Amino acid sequence: MTIEFKPSPSLPPPQNSVGAVAWIRKNFFSSPLNIFLTIFSFYIIYLLFPPMIEWALINATWSGESKAACTAGGACWAFIGVYFKQFMYGLYPAEETWRVNLALIMLIVLVAMYAIKAINKGLLTAVILLVYPVVAFILFSGGMFGLEPVETTNWGGLFLTTLLGVVGIVASLPLGVLLALGRRSDMPIVKSVCVVFIETIRAVPLITVLFMASVMIPLFLPDGLNFNKLLRVLIGITLFSAAYMAEVIRGGLQAIPKGQYEAADAMGLTYWQSMILVILPQALKLVIPGIVNTFIGLFKDTTLVYIVGMFDLLGRIQAANHDANWLGTTTEGYAFAGLVYWAICFGMSRYSMAVERKLDTGHKRN
Amino acid sequence: MSEKTITNTSFLNDAGNRALLFQAVLLVVVVAVGYYLFHNLQANLQTQGISTGFSFLNEPAGFPILIHLIDYTEANSYGRAFVVALINTILISLIGIIFATIIGVVMGLARLSQNWLVARLATVYIETLRNIPLLLQMFFWYFAVLAALPHPRDSIIFGDFLLNKRGVYSPNPIFQDGIGIAIGAFFIALAASIALIIWAKKRQKRTGVWFPAYWSSLAIIVFGTILGFAIAGFPVEFELPQKSRFNVSGGMVLVPEFVAVLVALSTYTGAFIAEIVRAGILSVNWGQTEAARSLGLKDSLTQRLIVLPQALRVIIPPLTSQFLNLAKNSSLGAAIAYPELVAVVMGTTLNQTGQAIETIGLCMLVYGSLSLSISFFMNWYNKKMSLVER
Repeated sequence: MTIEFKPSPSLPPPQNSVGAVAWIRKNFFSSPLNIFLTIFSFYIIYLLFPPMIEWALINATWSGESKAACTAGGACWAFIGVYFKQFMYGLYPAEETWRVNLALIMLIVLVAMYAIKAINKGLLTAVILLVYPVVAFILFSGGMFGLEPVETTNWGGLFLTTLLGVVGIVASLPLGVLLALGRRSDMPIVKSVCVVFIETIRAVPLITVLFMASVMIPLFLPDGLNFNKLLRVLIGITLFSAAYMAEVIRGGLQAIPKGQYEAADAMGLTYWQSMILVILPQALKLVIPGIVNTFIGLFKDTTLVYIVGMFDLLGRIQAANHDANWLGTTTEGYAFAGLVYWAICFGMSRYSMAVERKLDTGHKRN
Repeated sequence: MSEKTITNTSFLNDAGNRALLFQAVLLVVVVAVGYYLFHNLQANLQTQGISTGFSFLNEPAGFPILIHLIDYTEANSYGRAFVVALINTILISLIGIIFATIIGVVMGLARLSQNWLVARLATVYIETLRNIPLLLQMFFWYFAVLAALPHPRDSIIFGDFLLNKRGVYSPNPIFQDGIGIAIGAFFIALAASIALIIWAKKRQKRTGVWFPAYWSSLAIIVFGTILGFAIAGFPVEFELPQKSRFNVSGGMVLVPEFVAVLVALSTYTGAFIAEIVRAGILSVNWGQTEAARSLGLKDSLTQRLIVLPQALRVIIPPLTSQFLNLAKNSSLGAAIAYPELVAVVMGTTLNQTGQAIETIGLCMLVYGSLSLSISFFMNWYNKKMSLVER
C-alpha cells in the first residue's frame, strides 16, 4: 500500500514587516491601547501646534516702532527688534558695543585655532587662559588705551549671561578637580576641609550663596576694601558649581581601577604626575556627560543673578516688560529668551555627546 | 654588608613628613583666614551699629504674608513669620515632589513607548523643559500665562470652580459636628486593609495562592469612608465661591503665586525625573524580561515583579538628588513673591532688620536640614530596595 503524498496548501505570506505600511502598523496601530494613544497624540498636536505656529509666524508682526504696529493679533516680534541691543548688551553704551563683539570674535578665533595641527596646543591654552582674559577685561571695562570706561553695572543682557557662564565654567572645573582630589586624599585635615566645603555648598540653594555674595561678603571685609558686585557674584557662582563639579569628578576618580593608581606609583611617578598623566585623563573622560550637565546647570543658573539685582538676559527682558509702550508683550520676551537659552543648552548637550563618542576608546562597560 | 639602613632622604623628601607639614600649613591658613574674617565682621558690625543675636525674632514683623497655613497677622513676631515661611517652603516642596514624580514617571514611560508619536512628543517635552532656565519658566507661568487670565468679573467658570487673575477658586469644605465619626471610619478601614494585605501575603507564602488584596483594600477604604460619612449624616457643607462685581468671595483659593511656582517646579523637575526613569528601565537587561516570560508570567506581573524592582535600584539615588534640587529650587519662588523662606526671611526680614548674618545663616541652616532629612529618608528607602548580596 502506498501513501500518496499530499502537500497541505501553503500558508498565506506573512504580513509585511518592512516598508512604510508595516512601520505605521507597528508604531501606531499594533493594539487597541496603541490606537488610542495615537489618536490622543494627534489631538494634543492639533491642540498645541497650529495655534502656536499661527501666533508665532503667520499672524506675527515683525517690525514696528511701538505696540500700535502690532495689529495682526499674533506675536509682536517688533518688541524684540526694538529692544534687541538691550537684550544683547544691557546698558553698555551703543557706540562701544564693538568692544564686546571684538572680544567674542577673538575668543572664537582662538578656540578655532585648536583645529590647526601646526599650532602648539599648550601655548594656545596658556594664551586663552592667561592673556585673553586680561585683554577681554580691558576691552570690556575700558579706562585704558583711550577706551571709554564702562561701569560693570552697565554690563548686561546676553553679554553678561555669557560672561558669567564662561568664567564660571572655566574657573569651576579646575577648582572642582582640586576639591575632588582633596576629598579622596589620605590627609585627614585636607579631606575634612574639602568634605565640609562640598557638603555645605550642596545643601543650600544657589540663591542663598548669591545673597551671601552680595550682602554678606562686604561685612567680612575690612573697612575701605570692597570689591565689585559682579566679581562677588562670579565668585559665588564659581564656588557653587565647583562643589557640584567635585562630586561629578569624584565619581570618575572612583571608577578608575585601583591597578591604574598602583601602576602609576610603581612607575615612580609623584602624586601630581600620576594624577595629571594617568588618572585624571581617564577619569575626566568617563564623566564628560556629568561635567557638561553641570555646565548646563551653571549656565541656566546664571539667571538667578537677576534676583540680586543684576540684569542679565532674563533681567533685561523683565525690565523691558515694564515699558508702558509695550504692555502685553511678555510672552514674546520670554519666548525669545527661552529660545536663546534652549539653543545654547541643547547645543552644549549635543556637543558633549559628540565629544563622548569621539573620545570613546571602548573602556565603557556596556 | 653593613646593616645600617641608608637614610639619605632629607626631612622634606619623606612623604609622611610632607603630608603633615602641608596639613599644618592648610590648617593655619584656614584658621587665620577665618579669624581675620571674623575680626573684620566684628569691627564692621560695631561701626555700623548692628547688634548680633536672634532677639529680633521676638519683635513684631509688621508685614502681611499672602499664604499662611497657621494663624498669622502683621502683629505677629518675625519668629512666627519665619515658621509660616518654613511651612510654605515645605508645602510647595512636598506637593511639587509628588507632582514631579507623577509627571516624570508618565513622561519617562511615554518616551519608551512603542508608539512613535507618543515617544516623540515626550522627547520634545523633556528636551524643551530641561534646557530652559527654571526662573524663566516661573516668570512665564506667572507673568505671561496667569497674568493673562481674565479679571474677576469675567471669571472662567467650570461648574463650582472659578478661574481668574487672582487665582483658582474652589468650593471650601466646612466640617460640621460628627466629622470625627467619618475620620474614624477612614482609619478603621485603613487598618483593616493593611491587615488584609498582611494576611494575603502570609497566605501566599503558605499556599502560593494570591488573594487580590490591593483591589479589595481599595474598595474597603472607599466604601468604609463613605459608610462612615453616611452614618454621621454627611457632616460637610461646601462654601461655594461667589462672584460679585469686582471680586470673588468665599471658597478656597489657590493664589497664582502658588500655582506658578508649583507648575514650574513640577514640570521642570518632572522632565529630569523622566530621563532618570527611562535610564533606569533601560538599564534592566532584556534577558530579565525574556526569562520572566518564559516562566509564564503575565506582562503586568513581569513589569511589577521583575523589571520595576531592578529599575528602582538604579532610579532611586539620582531621584533623591532631583528631590533635593526641587526643594532647593523652591527658593526661586522668591522672585515671583511666593512667600517662602528666602522671600520672607532673606527678603523682607533682612530688609527691615538688617540682620544679614542671622537671616542668611538661618536660611542656610534650614535648607541644610531639609536636604539632610530628604536624603536620610531616601537612603533608608534605597537600602530597603537595594539588592541583598549574599
